[in-house]
Amino acid sequence: MSDPTISLTVGGTERKITSPPGRRLSEVLREELNLKSVKIGCDAGDCGACTILIDGRQYCACLTPAAQADGRNIETLETAEPGLSRRIQDSFLNHGAAQCGICTPGLMMAAMELLREVPEPSEEQVNDALGGILCRCTGYRKIVTAVMKANAAPAEVKAPCAGHSVGQPIRRLDGRPKVAGTEIFGADHTPDGTLLVRAVRAPHYHADFTLGDVEGWAAAQPGIEAVITAADIRGENCYGVIPPLADQPALAETRTRYLGEPVALVVGDPQAIEALDLTHFPVTWDKLHHSVTEAEGMARDAAQLHDHRPDNTLIRGKVSCGTPDKALEGSAHVVTGRIETSYVEHAYIEPEAGVAWLEGETLCIQACTQAPVMDQEDTAKVLGLPLHRVRIIPSAAGGGFGAKLDVTLQPLLGLAVLNTGKPCRMVFSRTESMRTSTKRHPGTMEARIGADAEGRITAMTFHGDFNTGAYASWGPTVATRVPVHASGPYLTPNYRATSRAVHTNGPTAGAFRGFGVPQAAIMQETLYDELAELCGIDRLAFRERNALRDGDKTPSGQTLQAVGQVECLQALEPYWRWLNQEVDAFNATSPILKRGIGVASCWYGCGNTALPNPSTVRFGITAEGRVVLHQGATDIGQGANTVITQIAADALGIVIEAIEIVGPDTALTPDCGKTSASRQTFITGRAAEAAGRALRSSILRQTNLEDADAITIKEGTLQVRHGTESRKIKLASLPVGENGYVLSAEETYDPPTTKLDENGQGTPYALYGYGAQIAEVEVDLKLGTTRVRQIIAAHDVGRAINPMLAEGQIEGGIAQGLGLALMEEYLPGQTENLHNYLIPTIGDVPPITSILIEKPDPEGPMGAKGLGEHVLIPTAPAILNAIRHASGARITKVPALPHRVLAAIKAAEAAQ
Amino acid sequence: MSADYHRPKELQAALDILARDTPRIAAGCTDLFPATERKILPGPVLDITAIPALRGITRGDDGLRIGATTTWADIIRADLPPAFDGLKLAAREVGAKQIQNQGTIAGNLCNASPAADGVPPLLTLDASVEVASAQGLRQIPLHTFILGPRRIDLRPGEMVTAIIVPENALTGRGHFLKLGARDYLVISIAMTAARITLEEGIVQQAALAIGSCGPVATRLPELEARLIGKPLDTHLITNEEVADHLSPIDDMRADAGYRASSAAELLRRTLTDLSEPQEAAA
Repeated sequence: MSDPTISLTVGGTERKITSPPGRRLSEVLREELNLKSVKIGCDAGDCGACTILIDGRQYCACLTPAAQADGRNIETLETAEPGLSRRIQDSFLNHGAAQCGICTPGLMMAAMELLREVPEPSEEQVNDALGGILCRCTGYRKIVTAVMKANAAPAEVKAPCAGHSVGQPIRRLDGRPKVAGTEIFGADHTPDGTLLVRAVRAPHYHADFTLGDVEGWAAAQPGIEAVITAADIRGENCYGVIPPLADQPALAETRTRYLGEPVALVVGDPQAIEALDLTHFPVTWDKLHHSVTEAEGMARDAAQLHDHRPDNTLIRGKVSCGTPDKALEGSAHVVTGRIETSYVEHAYIEPEAGVAWLEGETLCIQACTQAPVMDQEDTAKVLGLPLHRVRIIPSAAGGGFGAKLDVTLQPLLGLAVLNTGKPCRMVFSRTESMRTSTKRHPGTMEARIGADAEGRITAMTFHGDFNTGAYASWGPTVATRVPVHASGPYLTPNYRATSRAVHTNGPTAGAFRGFGVPQAAIMQETLYDELAELCGIDRLAFRERNALRDGDKTPSGQTLQAVGQVECLQALEPYWRWLNQEVDAFNATSPILKRGIGVASCWYGCGNTALPNPSTVRFGITAEGRVVLHQGATDIGQGANTVITQIAADALGIVIEAIEIVGPDTALTPDCGKTSASRQTFITGRAAEAAGRALRSSILRQTNLEDADAITIKEGTLQVRHGTESRKIKLASLPVGENGYVLSAEETYDPPTTKLDENGQGTPYALYGYGAQIAEVEVDLKLGTTRVRQIIAAHDVGRAINPMLAEGQIEGGIAQGLGLALMEEYLPGQTENLHNYLIPTIGDVPPITSILIEKPDPEGPMGAKGLGEHVLIPTAPAILNAIRHASGARITKVPALPHRVLAAIKAAEAAQ
Repeated sequence: MSADYHRPKELQAALDILARDTPRIAAGCTDLFPATERKILPGPVLDITAIPALRGITRGDDGLRIGATTTWADIIRADLPPAFDGLKLAAREVGAKQIQNQGTIAGNLCNASPAADGVPPLLTLDASVEVASAQGLRQIPLHTFILGPRRIDLRPGEMVTAIIVPENALTGRGHFLKLGARDYLVISIAMTAARITLEEGIVQQAALAIGSCGPVATRLPELEARLIGKPLDTHLITNEEVADHLSPIDDMRADAGYRASSAAELLRRTLTDLSEPQEAAA
């Protein structure tokens, strides 16, 4: 029963509301008052995305019953004091403090409370005020700066002139809606009459099931329009990101293989569906034996998940060269180690959400994604529709990091819409998101590495068993990427790396920033510290001695060019020397708190491993003079909308402000592939560069000029100047082409790679990026707690297209690497929320110094290399090496939770 | 205000509702909402946050009285004697700012989490829980009010109206330390609270408590007794004796052995901080 007497003051206006008094205020604000800047990330007060001000103080709207807001003054980002709000928004934009934008409104509201009391706050005050809001993209450092400087006069920013936007720290082109809270994420668009879809999910890890009287149950519940089961699927009930290995049903048929697998959909009136207790859905479960860890999955008596994959083995990978066993035997020094890593959750602040509807014959799906065309293909396959009848309109994605590459709710929404004929939406709860989304593969890895008397690497052997969970997803990619990269960016003449992806009833492991390389780097880089010690060489010098250089061959037999690894390590040297002294001085007088430093490197091949992965970019000019870039690289916060546009603008030779972007809508924009594998700046960048150049050529052809100093467009007239010459083209006089442009170009780029042979030999990637990081930590010897004091990160990006966004990637990757090292461990059934599953808060991420090294790669657009995943790889091993330096503790299982560190400290003390 | 959501302005009205119904008692809702994925708090609900008499801190004949719906932010801002420094530090460690603005002290006790941040410092303040029903009032010592995880000594028809800190516990200085795997928004692995009254360097009163190391937070009476009459000596706190008072569990945050040993270490640090002549909490 609703109560008409609840009234809120919102933006100075009294608003009477009709929601029930016990409804979450977040729902009231979003659904009844349409204040969509209030984001829902967890409904539990764990993420702070819904932070609003009530009577000037910050509250989680999700924890506030509407009744408690009665008569009080509510401020959301849309309705707050415009002056201060604008200053904070500008500061966030100027400092690159918003990436995906999902946490941004909540952060800003907390900042507003602080800035009213303290106009120029300290870092500590900012941390205290914003400590209750999680951000997964930025690593917080730019947020802290933006809040501290919100009331300072902004630095004068000059717009770059035509042809010179690359290399400039241009503000994110799509940034204003993110900082204004008007960005449309997966849960933010609800056409009138939209039905709500909820999934009935398996409560067991592994079970056979039979459905009961579904019709009878549905008839007894008011508001249900449809119940959908596997029997309603007209297409092929089997999807997967790697089509030959597709194995995942949209709705399970008779067996479920992981906790939370969907078996049915319930569709109907939003309020009625929301209120349903789905534990009463008529289904009978017959529990089966199950496994959760890779060791359990490999056991002889383990429950087998897929009949056609004996021993629960999805795939094996291998790269080998030389004679590693013999070389190890003859090595002066050999180290051996074993590392275990955990399931890691992506923990984007936006749980999966979307809405779908029919436009004529076409099913339109607007949802958060990293891979619109793959969504289109898999959804069409499940629904049994031709491709052209499925249109994917990516909403803004509130973080992705790999898990929004796989389809999640897209086929489910499609089923609901086709079944009911009405618009349908689905919004995962936090627990639903965590149970059903993919994870980083847990790995159990063993390696041996040898060096000669001079400290040169002689050989390495590596094997990793990776828990790939219930379904294939990106397991094969991890299994092939890891052996290619497990040597690290070091010359390793004799090498054998093998991997195995093992099925278990754990959550499906898929893509997560680095595809297994961060796990392998922990193995290799921690062993390198031990090896350097045995060789009696400084740890950084040891790495520099062995770093890959131009002309060196990788273990895959690829000859490298444009290798910036040595440059990255050299850039760290002054910091290394200085910090070594600082740490020694501190430790001399501190018996319990001990500081240490560690270093680790990364390399990472950009793009798909030994497979085609083209991008196509269309660039056109309309008769009215609009310059339109069809930019199909999905921007999940990393900045493709800005970076690709910078490249295209300079290739064409026009000011960047002149360009309009059309995003990766499958009906409007050619395929730029998926946002993964650090491929967009490189591959879509190359396509954009080619499209820009082609468009420029066609303009020059029209003008009979050899070249152009400037291309400008004003009131339907394109003007080209070259030296003293000038030509004008009246655009409306040109014929209009099939895509609606009078001048246009469409170019495709696919990186030149080759297949790998049975020993993993070939050219898996067309280019690599490189980097190295130093971590300084402080370890409490009695409690085993670790505080990271700072990170120095040097990354070879080839060419920094946008240095501010590149720094944002570095800081965000480091925050995730810190989480991987110190706190993140997803345990199915236990850590399915953001208070038991910990990701770093604003207080955990230390100062970060970013050093951008630019060693241009001839294959990259204007020399640029990928960066997004590289940045995460060195952080965890650098932290572990620093912990060992500080305390002697040799960590063999991450995360290095305090009890594990303390046990390792004691083991090290006992060994002495 | 509606059939299944009551938000009275008077305590008596609340007690009347409790006398005839068994609603869920709601205050800050920072534990009630996370316990459900529903968008509406499942009813019936008795929301006690509109009753002014239940909020605020007052000094009475029987000591200091903290109203049931007093928030953590209220406690942080209140002018309280140094004995409450531990409680104030705990208040700053509850979630983050939003939760401190919203969450209430009585809610923290009634939720009865083994990791409730408020319990150890309140134990060192010898706190009692005042409970009201249509039949009248009763006062229950905190250490018997919380029976176990999610279990409290609250009978049908009753609600918590205040936390009472007796006069003789207002002396000395309090302190609190919390150990977790990250900054902000963290459920503790272990936490310790202490209140020590020193006179010319000699311990007159000692109250020690540990949380997150058993089903309920606990006082350490034997160790307290040993501290009294001597200069504050952290060496008297041994891992073995602390562990004897605890029954920690292994969970995703830490193993039991670590919990016990880190609790002892934290307790020694709590006392070290208290032995330094300075004001702890602002």
